[in-house]
Amino acid sequence: MPPTTNQTPASGPEQKSTVAPALTVRHLSVFFGGNQVLKNTSLDIAARAVTAIIGPSGCGKSTFLRAINRMHELTPEARVEGEIRLFGEDIYARGVEPVVVRRRVGMVFQKSNPFPTMSIVDNVTVGLRLNGVRQRKLLAERTEQSLRMAALWDEVKDRLHAPAISLSGGQQQRLCIARALAVQPEVLLMDEPASALDPLATAKIEDLILELKKEYTIVIVTHNMQQAARMSDYTAFFYLGELVEFGPTAKIFTSPAQKRTEDYVTGRFG
Amino acid sequence: MTAPNHRWRNFKNAVVQTLTFACAILVVTPLVLVFYHLISRGFSSINLAFFTQLPKPVGEVGGGMANAIVGTFILLGQAALLGVPVGVLGGVFLSEYGTSKLNWWIRFAADVLNGVPSITWGMVVYALMVVPHMPGFSALAGGVVLGLMMIPLVMRTTEEVLQLVPGGYREAALALGIAKWRTIVQIVVRTALKGIVTGVLLALARVAGETAPLLFTAFGNLGWAHRLTEPIAAMPLQIFIYAISPYDDWHRQAWAGALVLLMLVLAVNVGVRFLTRDRFRQRI
Repeated sequence: MPPTTNQTPASGPEQKSTVAPALTVRHLSVFFGGNQVLKNTSLDIAARAVTAIIGPSGCGKSTFLRAINRMHELTPEARVEGEIRLFGEDIYARGVEPVVVRRRVGMVFQKSNPFPTMSIVDNVTVGLRLNGVRQRKLLAERTEQSLRMAALWDEVKDRLHAPAISLSGGQQQRLCIARALAVQPEVLLMDEPASALDPLATAKIEDLILELKKEYTIVIVTHNMQQAARMSDYTAFFYLGELVEFGPTAKIFTSPAQKRTEDYVTGRFG
Repeated sequence: MTAPNHRWRNFKNAVVQTLTFACAILVVTPLVLVFYHLISRGFSSINLAFFTQLPKPVGEVGGGMANAIVGTFILLGQAALLGVPVGVLGGVFLSEYGTSKLNWWIRFAADVLNGVPSITWGMVVYALMVVPHMPGFSALAGGVVLGLMMIPLVMRTTEEVLQLVPGGYREAALALGIAKWRTIVQIVVRTALKGIVTGVLLALARVAGETAPLLFTAFGNLGWAHRLTEPIAAMPLQIFIYAISPYDDWHRQAWAGALVLLMLVLAVNVGVRFLTRDRFRQRI
């Protein structure tokens, strides 16, 4: 059954319908050795919107996410076919360094991972410092700006030099978001960013994502259907390495075109 | 449930428990005995002169091992200069680069080298540096042999502590667009730094007591070595020379030397314990 792919979502949220897509993915396949984990996927990811990636475990959604900032290349024997364009530029073109792609496409992981040897402020500025930024003024500005965007500033402004690991789990995850924002990426990838957090911390992260989409393009992998329905503008449903259905979230959750999508979002399998 | 059987089982349990306890005691006994012996025989000979004076000629009482103490630190310094960079970088390669097949061979070689008898190391350096007079019996040759022995030790411990750094930190750094070498230096190595320092200190403590490879490299010296190309004294060597001599005063000095050397090694071990006390708490 060929995937029904809504290439350019027409019924997106009103103010975004005219914006060019942030990412255009064409015929993307990912292989680990001889094993194909993502099959011929094509979709457009709208700029300044939240796109949710849903599907059962092992369906290729994390692989899809990691192909967008070339993180899959850390896995030996990983191989990609097809094309991903970031605002028109082919990120797999010859001569494009993965390091450059990753500066433009940030990532937040399931397990919060602030650097344990560093203070809160050092964690926020690490991406800038290790890419050669030295100006103290700029670093200080970026620290406050990023922590404010991550809704963490008020909680940590008096102890910026405390160890990052002294923060609570939810705060650590917001710190990781601030760290990713500090390098001013164009796209933010989130791999189940709230799945290890309690409901209160999860709610904070969700509010934060809704706030962030005013400036950023966000792609979020989630196992939580309600979360996808609440937060995202578009939803892509992956199953067994295939993109089954992609479209505006409201449509995916209320009148999906595919039977498998309907079964999954209503909790009948997966 | 029969009572005699039950009693027999309890008896067997008690026997095994006692046996294992006795073996555990047996592990500690040598340390206690060595300490007791060294302190009782050597402590009385430790005085200011021991640390500040050169050995006196045979027949004169007194003098010390200042040259050997300084010599040991000079040899360890040279060994660290060779063993730490090569060992740490090799460990980084094994942990962060390398392919599993190549790593298997490197690890295998390192483990074999760790098991090579120290006198063999001495012979190799003797053949490479002493025999061709490059530069002959010398502090340099002694430093090289101890440094070579440190390399596989440091390499393996470095690899192990780097492997303990969770992969999530590497991913987080790479996802920020930080180059791989910077990620390794600033994130991975920095996170594991205490463990690496621990491995280096333990390797230094290990080679500090080596005698055999120094016999025909550093050679020993009853006075000061003024250049690295001259033979140099070292504590284990001096202890060896004194212990096999027929003079009572030299015997006393040998005991004192052994005590000081043991204290040095013990201090490093205690220091390492202190250093690693909160290593795992910090990681979480």
